[in-house]
Amino acid sequence: MAVMTYREALNMALREEMRRDGRVFVIGEEVGLYEGAYKVTQGLLKEFGPRRVVDTPICESGFTGVGIGAAMVGLRPVVEMMTFNFAIIALDQIVNTAAKLHYMSGGQFNVPIVIRGPGGPAAQLAAQHSQSMETYFYHVPGLKVVRPTTPMDAKGLLKSSIRDDNPVIFIESETLYPVKGEVPEDPDFVIPLGKAVVRREGKDVTVIAYMGMMYRAMEVAEDLAKEGLSVELVDPRTLRPMDTETIIGSVRKTHRLVVVEAGAGFAGMGSEIASFVTEQAFDDLDAPVERVTGANAPMPYARNLEKLKTPSKDKIAAAVRRVCGANGG
Amino acid sequence: MAKTVAQQKAIPGPGLDPQLARRLLGTMLLIRRFEEKAAEAYTLGKIGGFLHLYIGEEAVAAGATSALRPDDYAISAYREHGHCLAKGADPRRMMAELFGRRDGLSKGKGGSMHLFDRSVNFLGGHAIVGAHLPLAAGVGLAIKYDGRDQVVVCYFGDGAVAQGEFHESLNLAALWKLPVIYLCENNRYAMGTSTERALAQTEIWKFGQTYGIASERVDGMDVDGDLEVRPDVRDRVRAGGRHGRSCRARRRRPGGRPGARRSDAVAHRGGHLPVPRPLDARPRGSGLPDQGGSRAREAA
Ligand SMILES: Cc1ncc(C[n+]2csc(CCOP(=O)(O)OP(=O)(O)O)c2C)c(N)n1
Ligand SMILES: [Mg+2]
Repeated sequence: MAVMTYREALNMALREEMRRDGRVFVIGEEVGLYEGAYKVTQGLLKEFGPRRVVDTPICESGFTGVGIGAAMVGLRPVVEMMTFNFAIIALDQIVNTAAKLHYMSGGQFNVPIVIRGPGGPAAQLAAQHSQSMETYFYHVPGLKVVRPTTPMDAKGLLKSSIRDDNPVIFIESETLYPVKGEVPEDPDFVIPLGKAVVRREGKDVTVIAYMGMMYRAMEVAEDLAKEGLSVELVDPRTLRPMDTETIIGSVRKTHRLVVVEAGAGFAGMGSEIASFVTEQAFDDLDAPVERVTGANAPMPYARNLEKLKTPSKDKIAAAVRRVCGANGG
Repeated sequence: MAKTVAQQKAIPGPGLDPQLARRLLGTMLLIRRFEEKAAEAYTLGKIGGFLHLYIGEEAVAAGATSALRPDDYAISAYREHGHCLAKGADPRRMMAELFGRRDGLSKGKGGSMHLFDRSVNFLGGHAIVGAHLPLAAGVGLAIKYDGRDQVVVCYFGDGAVAQGEFHESLNLAALWKLPVIYLCENNRYAMGTSTERALAQTEIWKFGQTYGIASERVDGMDVDGDLEVRPDVRDRVRAGGRHGRSCRARRRRPGGRPGARRSDAVAHRGGHLPVPRPLDARPRGSGLPDQGGSRAREAA
């Protein structure tokens, strides 16, 4: 184990996978000479050269399509979105081509591509640069969607994503890049896709959260422990395929559930989790599932307004107390 | 008519090798007969969805494919039956696909617009106008990445030219010197919209020039003249070039959607099969129409 930043963990994963497999290459805006808009690809051009670290002009659907075409004939591209806000320019390539080629060619072609970059709320970047993008992708059959919360997950899940034979959407976070944590240096260390993790054991209520919201929910859990409430924290890590088993298992234990998500709630992650928990574990619930979501508005710029838009510790704590106060007896 | 590459023509039209001429005619006839059968089955309701026929444009696929090696790649839009057949796919498995059968090329999951055949390097079959042009650049990038000497030919309609991805792809292919031949089948219409109403520059080949891609306009009905991707072009592309061409073609059938009309504009355009000149004796009982390539050339 070494202590490193989330950014360094991603860089390590890319480096190890590029060393392991000559078909893996990185492509995107500013990934080479500039070493990445957020320096995730730092040093890669120097080690692997311009053949495997391909700088592109600003043309998201163009270079995403290039990645898909290359993947169809045997390469394993890692496409960097400078931020995921720009990925929706390539949404057609991702949804209509990458996600469907394997199916609509009757299994003749597959697309082993990773599309990665930061997304989600970012510090005062305002409406067009600060938003949760995962909902656009996890609805689509044929896409896997990863949201790694810790440096260790960032490394282990990125490596699994690169080794996966089908398209993976891997959304990091601007605000988590400097976060430090323990990361295994073993080049064979991977974390399988589709596996949630219980980050904190508890017995009174299950709280599901990921990325920045997980760190916030963790603080809430510590605070509430002082009030005698025992919170179990589950991080899905992979949103699609979702590890329903771990989540249902936790709900069967605590009988109460709160889902926290940064994005606007309508048809969000919380809606999906609430519905499958209701379908599969209704009799285990002692209270209605609560969702704590971002407000139904674009991200404002002003710091005080930005705070109002995203789920605060107070809102999370209030939801947990409500759920625990309710008694389905 | 401006031509950049055609001036250094390797094979003059009338000198077409009779054996090649026979092969070209065979491919064109195969496509024509396949499409006629498909149209019949569509009318009978055995083929569903959209059926975009290639009748009238056979010469383009036959000509272009004749210069490719079997291991070269081809990729196309949704009017791709002809390209897939010319590349060598099994017509039975293609027809089975149109019928939605499990023995179809894509196991019945793709249909008319999503034909793929890995065994002949036919990469589909893409129904979002313009979206497969970047894929072709990606295939070119992979070829270059591996230091192989294949090429990829990318067929697209005039409708794709107004899309951003057309311009993104030409820019990237030129910038990175990728071995891609972008081949526009300009039948002058995208559904009901003529190129005059869609494009500020209707001389499509000129876009290629803008991006520094050697480009030319050829007559899509003149199979023995300009149409085949000439070996000199292919070899140049193989050696690290890229190439654009715009073929004027005529599509006879109306669009393959339920209730599609044959608009007046589409109706008066051709639909004859251009017969390579060395074979233009027109064997008796062949049922071939009697307008040859030369007529078509004038009309372009
Ligand atoms: C992005 C996109 N927009 C619209 C359509 C609907 N559409 C299907 S075919 C077509 C016309 C395309 O014309 P062209 O590229 O010239 O090809 P042709 O049909 O003449 O072979 C349109 C608009 C589509 N498939 N994709
Ligand atoms: Mg057209």
